[in-house]
Amino acid sequence: MLEIKNLHVKLEEEDKQILKGVNLSVEAGKVHAIMGPNGSGKSTLSYVLSGRDGYEVTEGSATLEGTDLLELEPEERAAAGLFLAFQYPVEIPGVGNMTFLRTAVNAQRKARGQDEMSAADFLKEVRARAKDLKIDAEMLKRPVNVGFSGGEKKRNEILQMAMLEPRMCILDETDSGLDVDAMKLVSDGVNALRSEGRGFLVITHYQRLLDHIQPDVVHIMANGQIIKTGGPELALEVEKNGYADILNEVA
Amino acid sequence: MAVPDRRLSETDARLEGLRMPEGGWAAPARQDALARVQAMGLPQRRDEYWKFTRPDTLAQVEPPKAGLFHSDEAPMYDGIDRLRIVFVDGVFDAAQSDDLALEGVSIERLAEVGARDIHWAKDLYGTLEARGQVPVARPFAALNTAFAEDGVLIHVTGRPSRPINLVYMHQSESSDAILHNVIKVDAGAEATILESGPAAARFNKCTEVDIADTGRLHMVRSQGRDHERRAVTHIFARLGAESVFKAFTLTMNGVLTRNECVVELTGDDAVAHVAGACVGDGDFHHDDTVFVTHDAVNCESRQVFKKVLNNGATGVFQGKILVKAGAQKTDGYQISQSLLLDGDSQFLAKPELEIYADDVACSHGSTSGAIDEDALFYLRSRGVPEGPATDLLTLAFLGEALDEIENRDLAEHLLERLNNWLARRR
Ligand SMILES: Nc1ncnc2c1ncn2[C@@H]1O[C@H](COP(=O)(O)OP(=O)(O)OP(=O)(O)O)[C@@H](O)[C@H]1O
Ligand SMILES: [Mg+2]
Repeated sequence: MLEIKNLHVKLEEEDKQILKGVNLSVEAGKVHAIMGPNGSGKSTLSYVLSGRDGYEVTEGSATLEGTDLLELEPEERAAAGLFLAFQYPVEIPGVGNMTFLRTAVNAQRKARGQDEMSAADFLKEVRARAKDLKIDAEMLKRPVNVGFSGGEKKRNEILQMAMLEPRMCILDETDSGLDVDAMKLVSDGVNALRSEGRGFLVITHYQRLLDHIQPDVVHIMANGQIIKTGGPELALEVEKNGYADILNEVA
Repeated sequence: MAVPDRRLSETDARLEGLRMPEGGWAAPARQDALARVQAMGLPQRRDEYWKFTRPDTLAQVEPPKAGLFHSDEAPMYDGIDRLRIVFVDGVFDAAQSDDLALEGVSIERLAEVGARDIHWAKDLYGTLEARGQVPVARPFAALNTAFAEDGVLIHVTGRPSRPINLVYMHQSESSDAILHNVIKVDAGAEATILESGPAAARFNKCTEVDIADTGRLHMVRSQGRDHERRAVTHIFARLGAESVFKAFTLTMNGVLTRNECVVELTGDDAVAHVAGACVGDGDFHHDDTVFVTHDAVNCESRQVFKKVLNNGATGVFQGKILVKAGAQKTDGYQISQSLLLDGDSQFLAKPELEIYADDVACSHGSTSGAIDEDALFYLRSRGVPEGPATDLLTLAFLGEALDEIENRDLAEHLLERLNNWLARRR
């Protein structure tokens, strides 16, 4: 589903190489996790895949179901089915959460040649999804993420994901800032979306999240590369021993 | 040494071409105003109060031509039940206007009742304008008082069931219109005045507003979309105790607009909100000049101005809060912000506070910025294309100004107009 080959990325503004040949392939129906030390390039990978400005791909490729992602505008990537749950969700003063969601849902439907969702259907759908994530009506009315707590922002990301029904979901540290109960809610939300046709790339620092969202494959990223790939046991190893052993092993 | 006094000669040339209506209750006020404008002279480019806006095309004898804008959009305020009074290039159009009878208000035309000997407007006509000439001269307003042949005299005695819509149509490419309105609101009375349209190639409008204790007046105007039109407008409002005055202006297009608003809070516990949103693309210069004087206890004033500028458009804000000695417990707020959509556009702001009382809370701020790139990327990453995403953020920016409109239906109506304006530019 998602194929990343030998991806090299540097910063546009300065001569700093951040990704140094990432190879990764996420199959439909599977959950892949990426762990790795701070600054290893995990968020950069997620931003480059979703099309944020400021990075330059110097080598390699990234495709989603055969479509070259790197050629597309961010909104086209979204319409193609890519979704990134941000590590730091953005606040948008003056734009109501509900308006934001409806605009996004309808923009994607339009891009796919579908009719807009009726206001009534949309409302029903949002209410149901929001309820599962314990997002109350007041939070839906407020401006996007403004004044939301860390955990509320993360739940709001999952609400967007649930409404947009993407094919490939990238979750960048969605667990950070969540209390124990919220972690369960968010994981349930993600698990409910797991299906044969959908792939997940879950970036996290902690085994805790992976207890709830059980990965099929675990990758370790360090210094801009995937240095080790294994099964769920790899996450347990990191949890127990940190990265030192793995880094030494590779070096 | 012999520098010819350009101000004097230009002022004389301009006044020479104008005809002052003769006789009637307004005659003394007109004569006084003529003396004022002759003494002040029309603004010159080097005048401090005009340092951001060139007055020459507003002052010259003939206005530059302004092409007509044809739109297939429904008329402004369409769908809102309102009483329409139509002026075409500054000339009253009876055929397009509604019957002026409405319960709770008396509406008359200056041209129709100006020849009478007595009229309630005599105490106000030119009086509030003259008060507003200190400490800063506003010569175009004095010129207006002296020469305006028409306008409306509105006396609000109750609570009219419908808003009154002054519609200013523009049909001649070289029209030069001068209109003078007087609005008097009695104690406990309340009305909404809507204004719309470009009015003329060049429009000089002066509105004097007198609100008695506990009266309330809402004004919402939209200044017509003709690209080449020019306007210099003044509002002079005097507020009694516990009265409320709220004025909002939407400006889309217009090569030159200077909107001055002079508010005097003379009774305790009065509230004045003056706000505006403008969007300009290209050859667009928009100037909001506001002067609020607190001269009573426990009054609140708010100035909220937002400008979206693109393709080299220019926005100007000169706003002042003057708190006189004794105007304790004043709550004064002023914000002016611009959203610059390109590097060629500019926003020039001069916010001022002058405070002579010690127990006051006044704040002011002015900012200029571009679209928030993070917010834009966030929207795009959710599938919203760049154009609509930019529009959404632009409307959000303007929202704070539109929030000042008390009537939500009206606010929604204006928002829709803005949305269409933005969408057409994509
Ligand atoms: N725009 C930028 N300007 C400067 N440095 C950047 C920029 N973006 C990323 N970097 C640098 O690239 C490296 C990788 O950053 P990235 O955010 O991808 O790490 P990460 O693996 O997500 O870390 P964390 O686990 O802390 O979230 C870091 O050294 C970071 O400082
Ligand atoms: Mg990160």
